Amino acid sequence: MAGREHIIEVKDLVKKFGSFTANDRLSFHVERGEIFGFLGANGAGKTTAMRILCGLSYPTSGEIRVAGFDVYREREQIKKRIGYMSQKFSLYEDLTVSENIHLYAGIYGLGRKQILAREAQLLERLGLEGIRKRLIAGIPLGWKQKLAFSVAIFHQPAIVFLDEPTGGVDPITRRQFWEMIHDAAGEGITVFVTTHYMDEAEYCDRVSIMVDGRIDALDTPGALKQQYKSENMNEVFLKLARA
Amino acid sequence: MQVVATLLVKEFKQIFRNRMMLPIIFVVPVVQMILLTYAASLEMKGINMAVVDQDNSQASRQLLSRFEGSPFFEISLAATDYPEALDELTSDQADVILHMQHGFEKRLFSDKETELQLVINAINATEAGLIKAYCTQIIGDFNSYVRAQWFGMEGSGRLSTLEVIPRYWYNPLLDFKIYMFSGILVIIVTLIGMLLTALNLVREKEMGTTEQINVTPIRKYQFILAKLVPFMIIALFELAFGLLIGRLLFGLPIVGNLGLLFLFTCVYLLAVLGIGLFLSTVSNTQQQLMFIAFFFMLTFILMSGVFTPAESMPPWAQKINLINPVAYFMKVIRMILLKGSEFSDIRREFFSLGIYALVVLSLAITNYRKTT
Amino acid sequence: MKRFFGFVRKEFQHIFRDKRTLLILFGLPVVMIVLFGFVVSTEIRDVKVGVWDRSMDQASIRATQKIFSSGYFLPAGYIDHEEEIGELFRGGKARVVVVFEEGFEGKLLRENRAAIKLITDASDANTAQLSLTYLQGVLMSYFQSMNQDVQLPWSVQIKSRMFYNEEMKGAYMFVPGLMALILMLISALMTSVTITREKEFGTMELLLASPLKPREIILGKVTPYVLLSFTNAMTIVLLGFLVFHVPVRGSLWLLMLECMLYISLALSLGVLISIKAKSQQMAMFMSMLGLMLPTILLSGFIFPIDNMPEILQWVSTIMPARWFIVIVKNIMLKGTGMAFIWKETLILMGMTLFFILAAVKQFKIRLN
Repeated sequence: MAGREHIIEVKDLVKKFGSFTANDRLSFHVERGEIFGFLGANGAGKTTAMRILCGLSYPTSGEIRVAGFDVYREREQIKKRIGYMSQKFSLYEDLTVSENIHLYAGIYGLGRKQILAREAQLLERLGLEGIRKRLIAGIPLGWKQKLAFSVAIFHQPAIVFLDEPTGGVDPITRRQFWEMIHDAAGEGITVFVTTHYMDEAEYCDRVSIMVDGRIDALDTPGALKQQYKSENMNEVFLKLARA
Repeated sequence: MQVVATLLVKEFKQIFRNRMMLPIIFVVPVVQMILLTYAASLEMKGINMAVVDQDNSQASRQLLSRFEGSPFFEISLAATDYPEALDELTSDQADVILHMQHGFEKRLFSDKETELQLVINAINATEAGLIKAYCTQIIGDFNSYVRAQWFGMEGSGRLSTLEVIPRYWYNPLLDFKIYMFSGILVIIVTLIGMLLTALNLVREKEMGTTEQINVTPIRKYQFILAKLVPFMIIALFELAFGLLIGRLLFGLPIVGNLGLLFLFTCVYLLAVLGIGLFLSTVSNTQQQLMFIAFFFMLTFILMSGVFTPAESMPPWAQKINLINPVAYFMKVIRMILLKGSEFSDIRREFFSLGIYALVVLSLAITNYRKTT
Repeated sequence: MKRFFGFVRKEFQHIFRDKRTLLILFGLPVVMIVLFGFVVSTEIRDVKVGVWDRSMDQASIRATQKIFSSGYFLPAGYIDHEEEIGELFRGGKARVVVVFEEGFEGKLLRENRAAIKLITDASDANTAQLSLTYLQGVLMSYFQSMNQDVQLPWSVQIKSRMFYNEEMKGAYMFVPGLMALILMLISALMTSVTITREKEFGTMELLLASPLKPREIILGKVTPYVLLSFTNAMTIVLLGFLVFHVPVRGSLWLLMLECMLYISLALSLGVLISIKAKSQQMAMFMSMLGLMLPTILLSGFIFPIDNMPEILQWVSTIMPARWFIVIVKNIMLKGTGMAFIWKETLILMGMTLFFILAAVKQFKIRLN
């Protein structure tokens, strides 16, 4: 892992809402191709930080570079190279599977032939050819989730940001989802994922744990378990939170 | 441009999948246009008169018969005394009381002058004014008649009469409906266009789907454009549809150039939808937006001269009308449809609205934040 | 009880935090009063009048002077050809053209009759009619004065009284109408939207699953708007009084009671709409287009009901605003009491009952 390019660089990121500090001098980097887990309890500041990285929110201060571009001045360049999937799954309920794909692909500038080819591939891989023309509103949650992820990486971005992507589905579906994440990373896409499910941390290359707006731990899951003498990430977190 | 096209496809699909769209676009406007044109009239028709004739003489009866014969008045009650007539007035069965006391005719012959009382329900001041004017006219005629017939005073030297001949251009029958219909047409095109546009944008905000858009490289103007075009087309369609109905049902004249009208409407819609978009960038919920938009629109519409003439408004109101796009449209649509005005006649309005649209749309685009 | 009040408090907080809507809620009556009081009038002012004087003699020139010194009209210049009339009208430069025939004065003196043509741009039928009436008035009185030195015996003098409104204030018409409109707007529209909103966001189910009873939920949602509407109504009455001297000649208590009745009616209507509407958008449109426009146009607010075709007069009877306006006018402007308005009050009560029952029935259907 040494020597891999830093695709996200964050130095002393601060985000304040009035007098409330949501992110307190965060510093970290993410390497190209890794699965980086951004963990923490609800309200710890994970989503806030991620939104800043995506260009959805202005940081109060700090140096931040994403995909080689500065987050203050070159936001639009960043947006061309990233994908995003929010907690609410972000597909239009009143459009069909195919229409959603075409919409987002078109926005990222893919040509019609390209879109059709990739669409066919994607649907085959997910086993969803049959529901190509069905409205999103009529699809079960687990499929929606996988679909949303696939749409987020459809244009083969450098980084994909996932904000609590596995909320509300059963453990098997969650596992399948993480297999998809793994495949994407294998193809060179960096995955930046926030979650409050500590067991999902095991699937990441490195994780950071946020407590009250600060990063209290940052390392591979294995190293953290050793450091905190824990059997699993849940314990690590509890020990950190109590400290 | 491909991006805009992609977005447009999405917008149109979503619009037509919305089951509410069809009734909104077709049924509601039609019903409103028809109903309201028939309702909205400021003419005076049957004025109800309660008569108290305590004289019962030839003179009083003659005067009464003139009122009976007038198309404007209807004798709703022949009361025996004033209180009875007053009740009639209070309960809104009568609009005016004509009271002639005992000795009416006698005084006319002996003193050469007599009087009667008119009591008019003046809650509606304008109506009251008109009622008084009509009464005065009829009584004036009666006066001339009395002088001529009974006292032979016709043509006695320097008594001259003036004949005033009215002529109504563009609307020979003084049909109020055409006037009202054009006003209501403006209202409908404006409301539907603006409300649909604004609601659409705020709805996305409320649902959270705008975030997904904000994270993509879509430029602000592309996004706004895609929100604008579909509803502009729908509003233009409403105009055409409304014109058709106006023609078929009300004989709405289309004297001027329709192409010019539609061109002007496009500019107008850019301005008005622009306002809607701008408002939705400052509203967070549909409820809020609805209220704000409604407030502005109601004010603009009332001030635009839809029911009452814009030129008759006080100077400060007319200054406000300079930034009231509806006022421009109201004026121009009547000019083109009914008078056949041409481009040279509406040049000022055209360019003013153009600038207005540019300003408002720029504001909307700038104000829309992809990053908060 | 305590949880009910807690719920009501939450609703109030919702409303008061939404500063924008609040601003409009309270600003609306003020703006409307200004608009209707000063702007939207059925008077005319500064009407541009062109003159085609084919005589240019003393009589016609003096008549022209009289026209422009009346204060209603502005000169738009002289013309010499008929084509110019169309130009003036099409360009919107004049609304009326006064035409004096050739040899005007001569005809007056010799034949004792002369004619003036008033050509109006009747595309605006309203202005046309009013301008005509006023012009006729001015010209008539001018010629009366010409004939002044001739004794006019045997005439009937008119003593007129403008009942209820001696000074003929326009405000008397619209203050009641505004009350009806704004109360309907706030109560029906806002209520329907706020309830539908909870449905759309799914929080309604949350509420239904809580210990709160359905009727408590509805009541709780509705209470803030009762107070807001009532405050607004009284604001309108107060402003009407202060700015336009519109009096409350009858009983203020009766007025307030009737307001509460009307508010309850509008609220139950709002609740009914919210139950039937599937989305906020739908609720809004139903309220707006189904309620607002017809209320403005068919309730007798601006346009007299008697002028409307039969069918519409029938339709007007199901508009609550129509009856409420009658009630308010009676109490405020005529100073009458129950004796004259019991019929209308009963109608309003009946409607309210109907809406409540309908809402309850619909609600039960929805729950199952």
